Amino acid sequence: MNMVLLTQNVSRRFKDIEALKGVSLDVAAGEKVALLGHNGAGKTTLFRVILGFLRADDGHVCINGQPPGSRLARRDVSYLPEAVAFPKMLTGREIVSFYAKLKNADADEVGSALEKVDLAEAADRRCGGYSKGMRQRLGLAQAIVGNPKLMLLDEPTSGLDPISRQRFYELIGEIAGRGTAVLLSSHGLSELELKTDRVAILRKGEVVANGSLAELQRSANLPIRIRVRSNSDHVESVHSRLGGERVNGESVEFDCPRPDKMDRLSVISQLGKAVSDVDISSPSLDEVYRYFSSDDADRGDAT
Amino acid sequence: MSAVLTIAGTEIRIGVRNRWVLLASIILLVFALLLALLGSAPSGATKADSLSVVVASLSTLSVYLVPLIALLLSFDAIAGEIDRGTLQLTLATPVSRGQVLFGKFVGHVVVLSLAVVLGYGVAGAIVFAAAQNTGMDGIFDLARVISTSLALGATFVAIGYVASVSVRQTGTAAALAVAIWLFTVVLYDLALLGGLLASADGFFAKTLFPYLLVINPADAFRVFNMAAIDAAASTGLAAGGNAMPFLPQLAIISPFVWMVIALGLSTAILRRVQP
Ligand SMILES: Nc1ncnc2c1ncn2[C@@H]1O[C@H](COP(=O)(O)OP(=O)(O)O)[C@@H](O)[C@H]1O
Ligand SMILES: [Mg+2]
Repeated sequence: MNMVLLTQNVSRRFKDIEALKGVSLDVAAGEKVALLGHNGAGKTTLFRVILGFLRADDGHVCINGQPPGSRLARRDVSYLPEAVAFPKMLTGREIVSFYAKLKNADADEVGSALEKVDLAEAADRRCGGYSKGMRQRLGLAQAIVGNPKLMLLDEPTSGLDPISRQRFYELIGEIAGRGTAVLLSSHGLSELELKTDRVAILRKGEVVANGSLAELQRSANLPIRIRVRSNSDHVESVHSRLGGERVNGESVEFDCPRPDKMDRLSVISQLGKAVSDVDISSPSLDEVYRYFSSDDADRGDAT
Repeated sequence: MSAVLTIAGTEIRIGVRNRWVLLASIILLVFALLLALLGSAPSGATKADSLSVVVASLSTLSVYLVPLIALLLSFDAIAGEIDRGTLQLTLATPVSRGQVLFGKFVGHVVVLSLAVVLGYGVAGAIVFAAAQNTGMDGIFDLARVISTSLALGATFVAIGYVASVSVRQTGTAAALAVAIWLFTVVLYDLALLGGLLASADGFFAKTLFPYLLVINPADAFRVFNMAAIDAAASTGLAAGGNAMPFLPQLAIISPFVWMVIALGLSTAILRRVQP
């Protein structure tokens, strides 16, 4: 695969804080990768190292074959920082046009970028009057121009309503579809809405997971939850056979490790008329994320 | 080069839209007219050239106001963009840090020029229209004080950048800018004056003083303009201009030297800044 972004063993410390510890993360052309982690996990620091704003203490970063921060690398990268306040006196079009000129992009890219983010109508109003969502989309428009090979988006969807967020991922999909490598950060797995190809989870500066969502779910190996519906007459005997907790006087719920699922289901089916219904729920995205990103729990890397 | 012009153009647009140009030119105009009124009250129309008299007070006004306006214009240039996160965006594009600073410099100098030319120009036009006996000399004098004010302003724009690249918060940069202004146009002169009083005939007054005077770009501006006025009106006596061990006209080199030093220094610091 054609890797646009290569990072190998990148470490960076700030005095006594190790913000990045041996981070390796590659992104291929056309791939959408989500970088997940709590506040302070090191997401922004990693972006700043990739952009060449911060020097890595150790390790190696390469953008399309170029060192970070070099002129050639900057020609290929575009960035949307976590928090940016554009000059209020300028219109959306003037702002996008400013960055387009700095990137030597075509002047007609400005209009089409504004259209893509649904700002065509507001483009000639001063951005001081924009809503938060509009400002975020303006930031994205600025990142789209110049045909970047690598797009770095730092928490681009925080603060967006669900509909804007969906539209946002549609756009990212289009951009990646044209061959741009996209690395975006977020602090919740559920925010991603299953829209990225791969998820990398940072915990205290370390990559603790890196794979597709299905792979992460498999390797987290969290138990599934089974809920057995009985009735007040039989719930006692069902509970004694299956264990777990009684709920509402007529149901029994318990966790079950994935490999044991079929065994447990056959035990349930042997209960016959004592059971009227069975519900099985897989762990939610948030549970998977919490599993990888929480401090306790010992676990190996899922790669 | 186009990156420099793009950045300069945006600064000019912002400067005009947030009424910077308007506000600064009104301040300059009001003070200039005030001085013109005060200056002409006792002597009336007896002076050879009323505009030239006004110009003398304008050059004193410039020493205080132009550096202040220039510093207020520039202190935010980099610290403010770090604060607002826009410097990261700009530096993620292929432009160089030198281009960013120089583009801002060109833009801010244009904004300042608009304000000075408007403020002093209107004030000059009013005096020209109201007074008799005003000929081409007065217009030349006005042009000289405007152009040297621009040089002085550009110097302090560049000095403001040194403050702006040295800190990360806009507030700190503002405090630094005010401190620079206080030092260069008020405290420095007081210190020199104290030195003169202490050793009126000593080494300090005879040898050191003229050089110390023109090392300060604001004082150098004053020396240059007073010398020019003296030469025209031959009234003698001004800012120690007579006792200079060098041609007082050379004093105008000082702001330009500082401009180059400040631009170089701020570019060098900006290269190390983490946006
Ligand atoms: N410039 C800096 N100076 C000192 N510490 C920093 C700096 N930038 C980040 N850190 C620290 O590094 C850690 C990672 O921060 P960051 O990358 O911003 O996390 P995230 O973006 O995932 O929330 C945090 O503990 C933060 O306090
Ligand atoms: Mg962050």
